[in-house]
Amino acid sequence: MRFLPCADSGLLIELADLEAVQALYAVLAENPPDGVTDLVPAARTLLLHLDPQRANIAEIEAAVRAVKPVDAARSGGDLLRVPVVYDGADLAEVAKLTGLTEREVVHRHTSAEWTVAFGGFAPGFGYLSGGPPELVVPRRTESRTKVPPGSVGLAGAFSGIYPRESPGGWQLIGRTDLEIWRVDREPPALLRPGVRVRFQEVG
Amino acid sequence: MSLEVLATGPLSTIQDLGRPGLADIGVGPSGAADSGAFRLANRLLGNAEGAAAVEVTLGGLAVRATRDLTAAVTGAPCPITVDGRIAAANSVLRIPAGAELRMGVPGRGLRSYLAVRGGIAVPPVLGSCATDVLAGLGPDPLVPGAVLPVGPAPERFPLVDLAPVATYPADEVVLHVEPGPRHDWFADGALTTLVSRPYEVTADSNRIGMRLDGPALERRRTEELPSEGMVAGALQVPPSARPTLFLADHPVTGGYPVIAVVTAADVDKAAQARPGQRVRFRFRAGRNVR
Repeated sequence: MRFLPCADSGLLIELADLEAVQALYAVLAENPPDGVTDLVPAARTLLLHLDPQRANIAEIEAAVRAVKPVDAARSGGDLLRVPVVYDGADLAEVAKLTGLTEREVVHRHTSAEWTVAFGGFAPGFGYLSGGPPELVVPRRTESRTKVPPGSVGLAGAFSGIYPRESPGGWQLIGRTDLEIWRVDREPPALLRPGVRVRFQEVG
Repeated sequence: MSLEVLATGPLSTIQDLGRPGLADIGVGPSGAADSGAFRLANRLLGNAEGAAAVEVTLGGLAVRATRDLTAAVTGAPCPITVDGRIAAANSVLRIPAGAELRMGVPGRGLRSYLAVRGGIAVPPVLGSCATDVLAGLGPDPLVPGAVLPVGPAPERFPLVDLAPVATYPADEVVLHVEPGPRHDWFADGALTTLVSRPYEVTADSNRIGMRLDGPALERRRTEELPSEGMVAGALQVPPSARPTLFLADHPVTGGYPVIAVVTAADVDKAAQARPGQRVRFRFRAGRNVR
């Protein structure tokens, strides 16, 4: 665990891997140290945003070191079922890249239990980890200028759902009608770090 | 009670103190770019510090009061008139019903704030009335013809008529920094370069961040950085080797290394630097580069 200060506004904690990030995030999100205003989990790091008037960096560092991380996966977040029509524009390309048939791609995508690791690309977007290694594919060589909302994609070891129309370079394998992001709903984001996700084929 | 928008200048948005606490679902802090000037406007009026107000970029806002209103203009010092008479910045202004308040182009600084007693009462989105231009959250930027409702006056009354404020630099803006979380990804001497020569604010600057032009900051480690959380004030260095200084609507995460971070108090000053102006970075007293 390395502590990398961001002046008086933040403390970036570098961790061994994604599992360690999820575990520390799960504990600190429940009980944030005094002066911490926001938590940003990412692939290898957890950023604590600080209130410069209130935060004592040495005390926060000590509080973080004293945390006994729970096993994030075992702690069991909510389970979200996502209905998907698997007719994405890149499904054939993903089959080619992985050496699987399109049906096998769908089968592996729906068989895995994914977990929201972190967000960050856009409000409501979640990077879903925990998928099968066979589905690891590179991003598209050319990014699309417009990806429709609800598009389900793959990139690297992650799967994700576009919360709204935006540019994007993920390999699109399907689409869902589930509104994963609505500002007038509580919670606005269905995909929060720690939430478990199962994709189900429909249509 | 309401304000009718007659003209907006280049960009006028509604801001408050933003939406902290939602970064893990991809929602950044947003809020007033110069939060010190914003809070001052509300304090002058007896409002809660976070009451929604208008952030005016390079002046040009004109509004008409539908009822008697009390208002204050802070931030970048711009010429102000109320029904054609000159009025003072950083003071408590009475705007009679039907009167027009007009803000000219500031001689220095970039962002001015117009607050009204009672606050702008637009419906909050995710707990805040701030317009986040990156995430597309909150009210749309103001357009002529918009009518802004004003909330009920607070119980407290204004205590002073005029607040003393520091002057804005016409030439170089000095910003204090500390070495950032990835300063060790940069070549020896890059941090020294950052604090020894001025950088120029380019036209490619907005509420998200300011692109700076100046000496290159070369990297020692060239591999890809997995995206990580970003703070306002972060000096992120993309492949151009010139830093981008993140402001209120910065992305929640970024994939380029942060060489240094502007201290929280000086992020407000950064938000007042105009395109074409020079900024000079200095290490915060008591901090040294190894």
